[in-house]
Amino acid sequence: MYARYACATGMLISGAKILVNCLEEQGIRNIFGYPGASILSVYDALADSSIRHVLTAHEQGACFAAEGYARRSGRAGVVLATSGPGATNLVTGLADAYMDSIPLVAITGNVPLAQLGHDSFQEVDIFDVSMPVTKYGIIVKSASEIAPAVRRAFALAESGRKGPVLVDIPSDILDCSAEYEPTSPARALPVAACEEQIEHAAEMIDRAERPLIYAGGGAAWSGAENRLMELARKIKAPVVTSYMGIGCCPPDYERALGVLSDINIKATEAISECDLFITVGARFNSRYGAFNGLRKRRIPLLQLDSDKAEIDKNLTAAAAVVGDAALSLDALLPLVGEKGDAEWAYDSMPDAKEENRGTRIIRALTHAMGRNITVTTDVGLHQEWAAHNAEIYSPRRFLTSGGLGAMGFGMGAAIGAHFASGDTCLVVTGDGSFNMNFNELTTAVKHHVPLVVAVLNNNSLGMIRKLQTARGTRNMSASSLYLGVDYAALAEAMGARGVTVAEEEDVTEAVERALDGSLPVVIDFKLPINTGI
Amino acid sequence: MDNSTRQIISVLVNNQPGVLSRIAGLFSRRGYNIDGLTVCATEDERWSRMTITVNAAPGTVKQIVAQLEKQEDVVKVMDFDVKNVAARELLLIKVAVGGAKRSEIVDLCALFGAKAIDVTTDSMMLELTGSTDKVDNFVKTLSSYDILEMARTGGAALARGAGSLAKSIEN
Repeated sequence: MYARYACATGMLISGAKILVNCLEEQGIRNIFGYPGASILSVYDALADSSIRHVLTAHEQGACFAAEGYARRSGRAGVVLATSGPGATNLVTGLADAYMDSIPLVAITGNVPLAQLGHDSFQEVDIFDVSMPVTKYGIIVKSASEIAPAVRRAFALAESGRKGPVLVDIPSDILDCSAEYEPTSPARALPVAACEEQIEHAAEMIDRAERPLIYAGGGAAWSGAENRLMELARKIKAPVVTSYMGIGCCPPDYERALGVLSDINIKATEAISECDLFITVGARFNSRYGAFNGLRKRRIPLLQLDSDKAEIDKNLTAAAAVVGDAALSLDALLPLVGEKGDAEWAYDSMPDAKEENRGTRIIRALTHAMGRNITVTTDVGLHQEWAAHNAEIYSPRRFLTSGGLGAMGFGMGAAIGAHFASGDTCLVVTGDGSFNMNFNELTTAVKHHVPLVVAVLNNNSLGMIRKLQTARGTRNMSASSLYLGVDYAALAEAMGARGVTVAEEEDVTEAVERALDGSLPVVIDFKLPINTGI
Repeated sequence: MDNSTRQIISVLVNNQPGVLSRIAGLFSRRGYNIDGLTVCATEDERWSRMTITVNAAPGTVKQIVAQLEKQEDVVKVMDFDVKNVAARELLLIKVAVGGAKRSEIVDLCALFGAKAIDVTTDSMMLELTGSTDKVDNFVKTLSSYDILEMARTGGAALARGAGSLAKSIEN
């Protein structure tokens, strides 16, 4: 009916074309996705556009790639999928983006409008399914609503506390026509905190003798890393980061304490000693003992966050500054007085960093590959090792699934990060995680993506084995893999290069040998099963 | 949970599909219990009003309000100070009474300001509008009789005085 109306009026373009035009309006150069019957019209329209579509092996890989693109570039990533299984395969990626506050626009086709609600073939109510894991969702019900919906989706995804937004479009709407008026997208301006909050925060910092800064993704996303370090140097504060904040504090800062986790004993000790805990764009999770220490010792907490709902959510703040991190720090810096060196007991602690073959491999790889790479990880023991051992000097170069802890994140994320930056990417993974999404190696090969995939292969789900060991589990069959897969041969079969590194080989020499050749490469590092456990 | 109090939160939301499930989902996901929920049209067709009654500690109520305020479809949130709000619920209740006992029920209705809206030889249906406490008391009083069934709405609430949620948006 709509199409006939459209033909009669002329001068109109199809919904699919409007959608693609709106992506071009946003300056989008690369999108990731997987076709299906309900989204084919968009693929037809993409063929005539300036946008490159990267076809992945699986929608989950596409969603992680869009996330990697966003995490590396700072702009919203775009993922495209069809109705039903295509859409549900996005859910883990959407949840990951939601937990880590990553801007993402997911566009799904759905069955034709009249077939919605009839349990049609490949019909899923993805709007409802995705509701708890998206910042917002929109079902488009006419072609004229497409442009406003897409523009709104970008604006929402990229403003305030960022997050994924879903736009679900019935397939016949994509074939209907409507008028299209080009516009240049309005960028949401970052919101500044009110002066009173800033003044109060400055007073608190001036009163403190041993302030400590905990920097998270909010600092990285607002580009506040330089101001953050300026504040840290001025008040002589040690800086600890969350996984999302890695890179905000360069490792050569004299009071850099690395990433917070229970195995970072120095950072945990420093937190117990501080008399003011300042968070910049970081939230409190249930994972680390240091946060319980804050509560027990009643250490005053100063929260800088763009999301008002984070204030007092898990720990009660003594004061809060609600606004964009960079703007808040800009306003705060001139009001804060310079401090002298305070005494910290953690200073005299020995460096008790965990050291094993896995950590040595990660250090050797990042050292050999230099600072201009992006590191992505999967989830398991190797994630912790990478977070503590990869030397990262700026934000956006260490991409990891922080809040959700999704195994299989690294491959897609690295592909997306490469399309955003041109970087060579190091994927640090394990045999468990790599098994989840090694299918995306085919995507990397097809698009000549320079990946170094380091599989830290200990024949087990190491983190699970560690948990089981702590619980005294006797039967560890659930975490034992012993698959006997020759990952180097697998890589070669998929068109990549493959290298095997035996347990006893010298790490530095092995890394040098493995990196000497074409990319992508998969390096199967054999590790003893109890490494790090 | 000891310092829990009953609190009424009035939320002006965009009048469009999916909003009710998004807001209700927020409560279940974050583990906030809803004691009562009423959704209705407003004087402005763009918006609906959700009146949500919760039993929660003050810190939790603050968190609920903060979570509601960041929802894209939420236009305005007000957590009412119970003293300055007019809040009412509607009760329909059916009691198995006939004969001489009926006059006792009529007396109770007069005391509570309830109305009999359906009467048969062996049953009566009563209607009462009032605060939650008043409705609770009425049901308790009737419990010595044979209650056949009852239906009760969530609360409807407005702040006393000349202000309105819509006006507070303009300001």
